[in-house]
Amino acid sequence: MGKIDNRAWPDENGRFGDFGGRYVAETLMPPILALEKAYEEAKADPSFLREIDEFFAHYIGRPSPLYFAERLTEHANGAKIYFKRDELNHTGAHKINNCMGQLLLAKRMGKKRIIAETGAGQHGVATATVAARLGMECIVYMGATDIVRQKPNVFRMRLLGAEVRAVHSGTATLKDAMNEALRDWVTNVAETFYCIGTVAGPHPYPAMVRDFQAIIGREAKAQILEREGRLPDAVIACIGGGSNAMGLFHDFIPDTSVRLIGVEAAGRGVDSGLHAASLTGGSPGVLHGNRTYLLQDEHGQISDAHSISAGLDYPGIGPEHAWLHDTGRAEYVSATDTEALEHFQLCAKLEGILPALEPSHALPRTLDTAKELGKDGLIIMNMCGRGDKDVFTIADALGEEISEGTEGVNRKAY
Amino acid sequence: MTKRIDQIFESRRAKGQAVFVAYMMGGDPDRAASQKLLGAMPEAGVDIIELGIPFTDPMADGPVIEEAGIRARAGGASLSSVLDMAAEFRRSNQTTPIIVMGYCNPIHHMGYGAFAAAAKAAGVDGAIIVDLPPEEDSELRAAFETHDLALIRLATPTTDAERLPKVVAGTKGFVYYVSMTGITGASFTQASSVKDQVAAIRAASGLPVAVGFGVKTPQRAAEVAKDADGVVVGTAIVKTFHEHGHDAAIALIRSLANAAHS
Repeated sequence: MGKIDNRAWPDENGRFGDFGGRYVAETLMPPILALEKAYEEAKADPSFLREIDEFFAHYIGRPSPLYFAERLTEHANGAKIYFKRDELNHTGAHKINNCMGQLLLAKRMGKKRIIAETGAGQHGVATATVAARLGMECIVYMGATDIVRQKPNVFRMRLLGAEVRAVHSGTATLKDAMNEALRDWVTNVAETFYCIGTVAGPHPYPAMVRDFQAIIGREAKAQILEREGRLPDAVIACIGGGSNAMGLFHDFIPDTSVRLIGVEAAGRGVDSGLHAASLTGGSPGVLHGNRTYLLQDEHGQISDAHSISAGLDYPGIGPEHAWLHDTGRAEYVSATDTEALEHFQLCAKLEGILPALEPSHALPRTLDTAKELGKDGLIIMNMCGRGDKDVFTIADALGEEISEGTEGVNRKAY
Repeated sequence: MTKRIDQIFESRRAKGQAVFVAYMMGGDPDRAASQKLLGAMPEAGVDIIELGIPFTDPMADGPVIEEAGIRARAGGASLSSVLDMAAEFRRSNQTTPIIVMGYCNPIHHMGYGAFAAAAKAAGVDGAIIVDLPPEEDSELRAAFETHDLALIRLATPTTDAERLPKVVAGTKGFVYYVSMTGITGASFTQASSVKDQVAAIRAASGLPVAVGFGVKTPQRAAEVAKDADGVVVGTAIVKTFHEHGHDAAIALIRSLANAAHS
């Protein structure tokens, strides 16, 4: 995957400005320091990078295409809109880029027991997939609420040989799955590798996950230069924890003419209090190993996040995004459940692409930005996942009944 | 005050006994019942009280303490109400140290300096912040220095000889040795003695060492008391208080304290 470029951040303490760090129980400090050391060594080893490249090319199917969304561009009547099509990766989302990197690192470290948390199930499926390929044991923690709304992915993980453990505590969503994964890690610390799915958690995870996802932006930059002969005016991605956005943004950070736009999930509206927009509606705090923006109450208790998208339903955000936000390098906006649903349907009908509910949040702000930039503008949006997993949720939200029978047919298809 | 902590370790050592440290969740299930339990602890033999601060995401705790936190929050508990409990306790007890124990975010939200000042004003003696390792606690440590409060650090089975000096540097009162890898309330699987680890931590820190995690019964408390300067029990007390009420919790505490002091 070529040289991994850290762009000078984070510092040696895992800090992006005031954000990041290593806020973990003492039991986990030695293993995260060992992980950091192993990662530093691995990323300087050409054979490790070559191994990742091989899997990226022949297993995941990289590079993913950069696709000119012509009919959506006509619809917006503004800037040209391109999709970076990471939904065409093996397993249907960008998540596998990171899993490939982390599990090859686990193999290098001699760890054979892999644990992961998952929200929408995409990270769980990707982890289970790579674990199967590398012959590793895989346990995925998933909130009981998410298990109900992401049934196809739960079954997929089981087919891949992973054990899916339901988490009932708290809101039974992504943050609770992460708590439970941390509890597993602290208990089985010697033999276990924790494969975190987003650019959050204690250092070195935010930097390491970003590095493995940064392939998205590197490819996109080369592709747009070839197609259009110039840099885009804006790159846009949805944000839960922020891994697909960080992957797209990272290579463009030094190109200050390129606007970096992150779209958070506004749920039923940021003013309603029922949302998952940590930057738009949160404040700095400490959760899951890092200091970042969080949804919290006046006593510093973590508030419940709300989003139709299980993958964005998280009360925090990666620390590098917090820092890009505070320094003004990136812009963070939001989209509601309703907007995401409308634009899911628009994209399906105009482009013949069923986007996942997560990138469906990026679509409305992409159209706004296209109008704002006008005909001379150029935008890349990260189509980070495909929507097959979301059909039950979408049917439910649209008031369509998918009968037991229909669901049964779908299940048999797997 | 670190003095209250130092005094209790000295006085138990003089008698050849271990200090008994008992944990309870502040505000579980409501302020009145929790305040009553807090007030009854010294007479039942508790030397140091660990008063839990409820948090929504207790990543190092098992289900017993997590659920106690949920009940406490449902009963209106927060960091400031737990400090109020300590202040009320302190009006009638000037000798038993109180260590508040919890997670970083509520304290970060209040502000490290404001928390230290409020804890001092409430008569709190120190704090254990589970997810604030030495790498991240310099700001809170400075505030604690100003107010003569003890920032108690945790040493664990994964803390090796190379790291131990960093873990104990700047700590006061005592060092808490987490005797197993895992979450609170897990069953104890390593029946081996903690003598060697305690000796290593004592040598590195020059402080007394209290041992917790996996201590549920008077028998185990007596075993640990032979090797350590203090014994910590949490989950067993929280569980008994929830399931069988105040009197049963006090009876358990008394038997654990007697074992630790044997």
